[in-house]
Amino acid sequence: MTAVEKIAAWLLAILWVSPLLYAFWAAFHPPEFATTFNPLAPLTLANFEKAWGYAPFPRHFLNTVMLVTMILGAQLVLCTLAGFAFARFDFAGRDLAFALVLLQLMIMPEVLIVENYRTMARLGLIDTLLGIGLPYMASAFGIFLLRQTFKTIPRELEEAARVEGCSWMGVLWRVYVPLARPTYLAYALVSVSYHWNNFLWPLVVTNSVNTRPLTVGLAIFGAPESGVDWSVISAGTLIAVAPLLVAFLLFQRQFMQSFMQAGIK
Amino acid sequence: MRHIYGWLLLLPAAILLVGFTHYPALATLADSFFSAGTALRPSRFVGLDNYAALADDPVFWQVLKNNFWFALGTIPTSIALALLMALWVNARLPGRALVRLSYFTPTVLPMIAVANLWLYFYTPQIGLLDKVTGLFGVPSHNWLGNPDTVMGCVIAMTIWKEAGFFMIFYLAALQALPPELEEAARIEGASRGYFFWRVTFPLLMPTTLFVLVNATINSFKLVDHLFILTKGGPDNASNLLLYYVYQVAFSYLDTAYAATLTVVLLTLLAVFAVLQFRMIERRVHYR
Repeated sequence: MTAVEKIAAWLLAILWVSPLLYAFWAAFHPPEFATTFNPLAPLTLANFEKAWGYAPFPRHFLNTVMLVTMILGAQLVLCTLAGFAFARFDFAGRDLAFALVLLQLMIMPEVLIVENYRTMARLGLIDTLLGIGLPYMASAFGIFLLRQTFKTIPRELEEAARVEGCSWMGVLWRVYVPLARPTYLAYALVSVSYHWNNFLWPLVVTNSVNTRPLTVGLAIFGAPESGVDWSVISAGTLIAVAPLLVAFLLFQRQFMQSFMQAGIK
Repeated sequence: MRHIYGWLLLLPAAILLVGFTHYPALATLADSFFSAGTALRPSRFVGLDNYAALADDPVFWQVLKNNFWFALGTIPTSIALALLMALWVNARLPGRALVRLSYFTPTVLPMIAVANLWLYFYTPQIGLLDKVTGLFGVPSHNWLGNPDTVMGCVIAMTIWKEAGFFMIFYLAALQALPPELEEAARIEGASRGYFFWRVTFPLLMPTTLFVLVNATINSFKLVDHLFILTKGGPDNASNLLLYYVYQVAFSYLDTAYAATLTVVLLTLLAVFAVLQFRMIERRVHYR
């Protein structure tokens, strides 16, 4: 690697973080210093205080956390069962069923907002967390990922457990699930970051503060017509992304490996 | 027994998948042949009328064209950047963990937050972009308010958001390449450029295809930023197909026409689905 390339790599890195660094600058300084980079500008937390007061952040946080937990929990159970079925049971119509599952990789629920909204209205789930989460719970991506992982587990292990008198469910729970732990971790990280950041469907299906997740709250808060000044918007944006960003910075290796692993499969 | 067990295990996921993917896809297709029902006039079969309206709708054609430019503007550049980033981060580079972190960070941010940050850059007069161009004596410009520049602004932001994500896939592929290849090339005296174009790049082809298909699908699904930056404006200059579906369905409340637009979107995605499916199959063959 030549010196020029090293410098270029670093310049690109600086360019890439600068929007975020800039948001930090604006959020921690009084509004009059938002665009003047004076290193002696006084630091302040006033913007965060204001942002916290403008939008019901605690409620949005609670909604997002509950939503993400609910979706992940359901996904883990449903995708484990389905992935196990595809990996180890040679049932009639399996290949067709698998192809139909994979279809969801392209046609994600957010493309079908019109019809899914109608379904949720029929089920009486408009403006509920369950209404936001339900379309995502059977995840084709999760099923695919777990099927691939389960297929790599040697059959001998399963047969040994069967000989010991383990039931099918026992085999799944005692043999397959523990051995697939890295896949579960990878999937969980990808799923949590996806749903923490998801916007369009939650926007469509919610209409009150009691159910709106952070992204939707942030969109209303940050809309230019709301007249909130830039420093406060920066602070609000940082509040909303902070938990995921901190988690990412702490566990960056796992995060990146998870995304990698999810992509290779 | 195995038939029953297999289907029982699959059942809970299958019900949700059918209910929220297959059924709505088919129902959307069916809806596109009916008029939108109101309290006074129930919906009735109108054949291809909705599609005729679609063909006559200048906004539809504009949106389709925008989507094409958006895809063309974001995909090749973000893939090229992703590859470059991966090569750099995979090589011996001082502080490489930090560099890799910088490239990847935009990926974990929600599009809404990203749009919030970038909105300010593009604001006339006080925005960062105007400040920078102002240093060179360029007059203030309404970047997002001008149909000529708005798409470029949205594209730049999307590239920033996506390149690091695609980098990860290239990085995974690069790390899986056998190191003997590079040693052999060094012994043979091949230049780095030659090695890249003749060895690395062809070996990365499956990754490039994978990223390409994903990027294409994304370019049709990614509309969150429009809610913050432009609302599809000015004059639909930055509107995209899925955002138009949202507008038609939830602002103009014309669900029949929204269904018709969705059918177009689904058709486009189905084409990519076929491409992706072929790739998955090919990969299985290699194993």
